[in-house]
Amino acid sequence: MARSVNTQRKALNTAVAWAIGLLIFFPILWTILTSFKTEGQAISDPPVLFMFDWTLENYSVVLERSNYARFLWNSIFIAVGSTILGIIIAVPAAWSMAFVPSHRTKDILLWMLSTKMLPAVGVLYPIYLLFIKMGILDSRVGLVIVLMLINLPIIIWMLYTYFKEIPGEILEAARMDGASLKEEVLYVLTPMAIPGIASTVLLNIILAWNEAFWTLNLTAAKAAPLTAFIASYSSPEGLFFAKLSAASTMAIAPILILGWFSQKQLVRGLTFGAVK
Amino acid sequence: MATKASRSAARLMMAPAVILLLGWMLVPLTMTLWFSFRKYLPLRGGDLGWAGFDNYTRFVTSSAFWPSVMATLTVVGGVLIITVCLGVLLAILLDQPMWGQGVVRILVIAPFFVMPTVSALVWKNMFMDPTNGLFAHLFKFFGAEPIAWLSQASMPSIIMIVSWQWLPFATLILLTAIQSLDSEQLEASEIDGAPPLKRFWFIILPHLGRAITVVILIQTIFLLSIFAEIFVTTGGAFGTKTLTYLIFQRVLESQNIGLGSAGGVYAIILANIVAIFLMRIVGKNLDN
Amino acid sequence: MGRITLDKVTKSFGETQVIPPLDLTIEDGEFTVFVGPSGCGKSTLLRLIAGLEDITSGQIRIDGNDATNVPPAKRGLAMVFQSYALYPHMSVRKNIAFPLRMAKLDKAAQDAKIEAAAAALNLTDYLDRKPGQLSGGQRQRVAIGRAIVREPSAFLFDEPLSNLDAALRVGMRMEISELHKKLATTMVYVTHDQVEAMTMADKIVVLRAGHIEQVGSPLELYKAPRNLFVAGFIGSPKMNLIDGPEAAKHDAHTIGVRPEHIAVSASEGIWSGKVGVTEHLGSDTFLHVHGTGLGEMITVRAGGEVDFKYGDTIYLTPRADVIHRFGTDGLRIA
Repeated sequence: MARSVNTQRKALNTAVAWAIGLLIFFPILWTILTSFKTEGQAISDPPVLFMFDWTLENYSVVLERSNYARFLWNSIFIAVGSTILGIIIAVPAAWSMAFVPSHRTKDILLWMLSTKMLPAVGVLYPIYLLFIKMGILDSRVGLVIVLMLINLPIIIWMLYTYFKEIPGEILEAARMDGASLKEEVLYVLTPMAIPGIASTVLLNIILAWNEAFWTLNLTAAKAAPLTAFIASYSSPEGLFFAKLSAASTMAIAPILILGWFSQKQLVRGLTFGAVK
Repeated sequence: MATKASRSAARLMMAPAVILLLGWMLVPLTMTLWFSFRKYLPLRGGDLGWAGFDNYTRFVTSSAFWPSVMATLTVVGGVLIITVCLGVLLAILLDQPMWGQGVVRILVIAPFFVMPTVSALVWKNMFMDPTNGLFAHLFKFFGAEPIAWLSQASMPSIIMIVSWQWLPFATLILLTAIQSLDSEQLEASEIDGAPPLKRFWFIILPHLGRAITVVILIQTIFLLSIFAEIFVTTGGAFGTKTLTYLIFQRVLESQNIGLGSAGGVYAIILANIVAIFLMRIVGKNLDN
Repeated sequence: MGRITLDKVTKSFGETQVIPPLDLTIEDGEFTVFVGPSGCGKSTLLRLIAGLEDITSGQIRIDGNDATNVPPAKRGLAMVFQSYALYPHMSVRKNIAFPLRMAKLDKAAQDAKIEAAAAALNLTDYLDRKPGQLSGGQRQRVAIGRAIVREPSAFLFDEPLSNLDAALRVGMRMEISELHKKLATTMVYVTHDQVEAMTMADKIVVLRAGHIEQVGSPLELYKAPRNLFVAGFIGSPKMNLIDGPEAAKHDAHTIGVRPEHIAVSASEGIWSGKVGVTEHLGSDTFLHVHGTGLGEMITVRAGGEVDFKYGDTIYLTPRADVIHRFGTDGLRIA
């Protein structure tokens, strides 16, 4: 596209876009800034944007709460665990559908997608009951299983679209070269699909990290991740703005950074290839 | 196209995923369906026998039902209108040449990565708190009386919070769609003398048609089941009790499983109606 | 050893039969080319031999052993694909080593074979590059190198030159022929380009809609095409096929005359016509002539120096001893 745009126009675009961008980003920025204020400054009127006494006190207070580390560890365990488990189950399935398609492949893919649309609240009690029966209510393992299941369709779909881009001839070449099925998937397909697998992993860690229905309803003291930790600030601790901000910043920072890396893949992952 | 050996290998490799998802779908669904026909109160006597369609009629005739439908429609509709309209405008803006495009994109997308409980709580306390919130400061600065957002204007507040979370999603998808528009097509229309507004109306908007549909359908499915935002802010009070939240209360708070399950079946049917349309679009895309 | 026998082999995809019962023997050490228009089943046939597709019925034997249900890796064949199918994440060395690694060969033996193959294919300087950094011709050579190190009983080529530009294609054609002479291993080569078939093959198999139309050496096919399809397919420019009264004069439904078997004259001949487009190649001139009473346009190969202009009247005389005669069923009349 070789369009010459005059500098004035470009400057105007830049100004408007930056203003809107900052406006949308402002709540996050405000949270991060507030986390460095004292409680007094956090609620001062008029509010201060940058000119305050920066302090790390809030972070140390939040971190000193004996259980913070456990919430964090639960979040990491659940997000990473459910994603890895999902990938292990999804890679073979996506291989099958991408390279050995049958007339049923399309139906299976759509059906898998349809399970993603099942409203969680519709099956809340059965899952709750099953978890009690199996003794995995308020356990990390239980959440890993549930989050793996709700994200499995997305993982399979993303991998499927990535695998589709790999020419089948290369896998056939491996077969001719004497590779077994396992060797074909392990030495040829997986290394070639590494970028796709990486973005799938990234997106699913984000989705699992932020999941806030099952993590709130299936956990209590033991397995609760950061979503539940933050929800516990609902009242009255939430009125300590600076500490709330510090806790929030720690809960969202890792995922914000991961998210920025995966923004391109987000579209592919969340629209099931319907928008390219 | 493959050999028998690879086809049976394929079936074997697909089996775990298919079996898991089948179980995940069928087992709880069957249980919900079963409970919905039982009078089942775990804290007040347990399973009290067959209830026929009692739960279904009681669910829709309860005084909370229609308000919850209205609340659901208001949230979903409000958020959709805001995110789609602003999303289109933002996508077009972000597609223009500018300095620091990448950074602006990141700023705009960021809210999507904030966990729902965090965004709900940050908005509730730091912005909408009637005494110490930023909005209250702002109102006072202009000499207006601060309002208690989440009780006096509960619906608009929820819609605002949820829209903030979903605007990035809509923008990102619409931006992707705009960028796939053939720039020669735009240049041709420019040479043909179409003014910017006409170019938007006759070329860009039709091109975005499918992306907008996809955004609407996917968001609807997610918005129908928003939970944490209400759980953390109003707890379902002040007219913000959506269908999802009502069912949640029936099931976990009042432990009326039969009634809640009947509500769950309604929710599943509702979600499926939307899902069918989405699947059609996705399915068509699979063919080519 | 590499003698491949197909015995009443068929292949169906669902309801549609793409290969009707087919018998064919490829002798050890022979360079066999499958040629035909696109969709004729030649690639499918190659994939059946490779084992990448199951045959629906019949039997495939390699060196007399039933290979019908043997997986591709165990058939002792190597294949060069149209897209080269190199492993993009591996260096050239690793690509060539892959089949050896799969065969669990020890490192020293691997290296010796790789070095030998690289030297033979002029790839020594490129061993540490990735396929993405190579030209089309080099990639092609890597694909061949990967096939050579397996020391297969037969090589299978699936349109290996169709992604190369014209000049490179001629060069690679020679290299593959050269390789065949050196290794004396069976090669089965699929192409839609009859020039490749004519120049490289010991034996050409002409296919149409899964049927074998004719099997023979290039010259046999050129001199005695068994039917109209082979007559029209082999030879460039195409054989002129003439029906009607002119054919009847030779007791045939259709007669075929190759462009190089027609003498031109400005003054006398059996047929007359008007010159249409003339193509000067320097060494030859192709004249496209609208013959009077001949129906189709006639293509004639004349010497490089003939000088006819558009619209000139011209006289043509076919060489009587090389007129091909075909009956109403399209088959050659001996």
